[in-house]
Amino acid sequence: MKLFLSADAVAKALGVEDVAAALEAEARARGMALELIRVGSRGMAWLEPLAEVERDGVRHAFGPITVADVPALLDGALAGHGPTEDIPFLASQTRLTFARVGVIDPLSLADYEAHGGLVGLRKALADPAAIVQTVIDSGLRGRGGAGFPTGIKWQTVAAAGAGRKYIVCNADEGDSGTFADRMLIEGDPFSLIEGMAIAGLGVGAETGFIYIRSEYPDAIATLTRAVEIAREAGLLGGDVLGSGRGFDIEIREGAGAYVCGEETSLLNSLEGKRGVVRAKPPLPALEGLFGKPTVVNNVISLATVPVIFEKGPEHYASFGLGRSKGTMPLQIAGNVRFGGLYETAFGLPLGEIVERIAGGTRTGRAVKAVQVGGPLGAYFAPQQFDTPFGYEEFDGAGGLIGHAGIVVFDDSTDMLAQARFAFEFCAVESCGKCTPCRVGAVRGVEVIDRMAAGEDMRDLVEDLCETMRDGSLCALGGFTPYPVLSALTRFPDDFAPHKEAAE
Amino acid sequence: MPDTAPSAAAISAEIAAELHREGPLLPILHRLQKRFGHVPETAVPLIAEALNIGRAEVHGVMSFYHDFRAVPAGRHVVKICRAEACQAVGGVALAEAALAALGTEWHGTTAGGAVTVEPVYCLGLCANGPAAMVDGRPMAAATAEKLVAEVSA
Ligand SMILES: Cc1cc2nc3c(=O)[nH]c(=O)nc-3n(C[C@H](O)[C@H](O)[C@H](O)COP(=O)(O)O)c2cc1C
Ligand code: SF4
Ligand code: FES
Repeated sequence: MKLFLSADAVAKALGVEDVAAALEAEARARGMALELIRVGSRGMAWLEPLAEVERDGVRHAFGPITVADVPALLDGALAGHGPTEDIPFLASQTRLTFARVGVIDPLSLADYEAHGGLVGLRKALADPAAIVQTVIDSGLRGRGGAGFPTGIKWQTVAAAGAGRKYIVCNADEGDSGTFADRMLIEGDPFSLIEGMAIAGLGVGAETGFIYIRSEYPDAIATLTRAVEIAREAGLLGGDVLGSGRGFDIEIREGAGAYVCGEETSLLNSLEGKRGVVRAKPPLPALEGLFGKPTVVNNVISLATVPVIFEKGPEHYASFGLGRSKGTMPLQIAGNVRFGGLYETAFGLPLGEIVERIAGGTRTGRAVKAVQVGGPLGAYFAPQQFDTPFGYEEFDGAGGLIGHAGIVVFDDSTDMLAQARFAFEFCAVESCGKCTPCRVGAVRGVEVIDRMAAGEDMRDLVEDLCETMRDGSLCALGGFTPYPVLSALTRFPDDFAPHKEAAE
Repeated sequence: MPDTAPSAAAISAEIAAELHREGPLLPILHRLQKRFGHVPETAVPLIAEALNIGRAEVHGVMSFYHDFRAVPAGRHVVKICRAEACQAVGGVALAEAALAALGTEWHGTTAGGAVTVEPVYCLGLCANGPAAMVDGRPMAAATAEKLVAEVSA
């Protein structure tokens, strides 16, 4: 029997290693030939741990799988979900960046190549001078949050002279509700390595760093191994795929600071300093790591580059909505029935994501609010569910898409508590450089507490948010007003004076 | 059990192993903490000397990052996610129940040094919350009972 078993951190967090051990033991006891292949996650979180049995070349899904299910699974008697790729959640996606995740053995370069891996890099090597223009033509925008055109950033670095340059991959993924970087690294690490190599060739950098958060030990282990394998195979090193061009990658672990996801703070951290945000200019593209021209890109931005080269920039750009080109791996999280990773072209209305794809709340109660884009993202109310998923569209609706985390809350949620948390988080994670952020966030918590006690402090909260928005160097202080003010204005009843007394 | 009172020579050997890197300070601190369970006070002057920077700077960097500890943690470290996606599925109640069951506070260590509990802001398990991590191993659909069982085993 050929069996694929998720080894994603989610599956591990739900006990999949016990299942794997039970499968091996049971097969041995039966004298049965079992080919057990560990893969990344298909992104259907509610089915994890997911096992797939291959029959006539088609994988059939079983999950969530427990140790008790093992005998029936091996008997072929366990009820399942049919062919994995026919499950509506998966069948309705457009998987470009995540095409291989959950499908291949993440650490098999042969498997990677059999599924389109390295085609992009080979094309890029055939015409290195065209690399930057190809990325510009694809319309790819940074997936880390700010949505800056990736090709334009590369162009700046490419034009910045001939000296030492760096490619820095931002794998700090600190936003609550996001796990695309983690899933990609655990499920298809070579695509990130390939994307970084293309970036290095395109801008003239021979050294890459991946800054990955310490909260992801499984991803760190997979990535470390993948870089070693890539080096042994000549994909990394002094002579990338025999091209005569060099590129290598070093992995660096973060240390639990959310602000280090901000690119200049990240660079300081890599240099061994406190992760304090730097003023811009200078742009990192001109004076970045150790003062050298540096590309800083998110994991998903970089891991999308190979498929752009493989299928052509026009193919990538043919997906999407307006200036939001291509696909986005949505991360559907929080109180939902069907959570996980859903890659799709930009443009789906938020309500369709929440109601149809996520199936509403796990608790079965009404949806009250949806926070999009991490802790600095706005809370959306159901009245805004017609907002199409795109950078400009979300901006126009008073929010942001960020790294595309979508966190659903049911009607038992107290939005005052959510506003308080937004301030509290900012206070805990502030790098301390700007007074409005450092002091304002602490003050914000106090003010919300007084509101909870029945005082009407609405004007004060609004003033405080204005000060933070205008006087903060980065989006941690500058965008904390998004969750706070969206909660306050869209859910005013939760902030009503004397609400306790009225209940 | 890590050696919680290492000699200067043992510390220096760990420092030396990272010195070939560009910007080696974070890798050094991580390495010391992995090896000794914390970054011993005695390491600070040794790091400062090796990198040719001031002791105050080493302290400044250490204290900036939530991960580094100047004193050893309990025998088990439990991190409970406090972030929004876990809040949406009972994360706050989980944390309260776990802290009560273990009899400690955030950042506290239980009597006898068995368990240290720390907050964490997202573990990337946000569609399977509430989430936690015990000694570096992720736990999804966490409950206070599961957490207590994990550290009692
Ligand atoms: C407080 C803060 C945290 C951030 N965290 C991340 C992060 O975890 N990952 C990321 O890729 N970008 C993060 N960013 C955005 C980065 O500063 C930067 O825009 C991004 O890494 C650039 O890559 P991209 O163009 O590929 O998106 C953060 C920004 C701020 C202000
Ligand atoms: S806004 Fe806050 S986190 Fe950002 S630079 Fe200023 S103090 Fe640092
Ligand atoms: S919010 Fe708790 S794991 Fe992401």
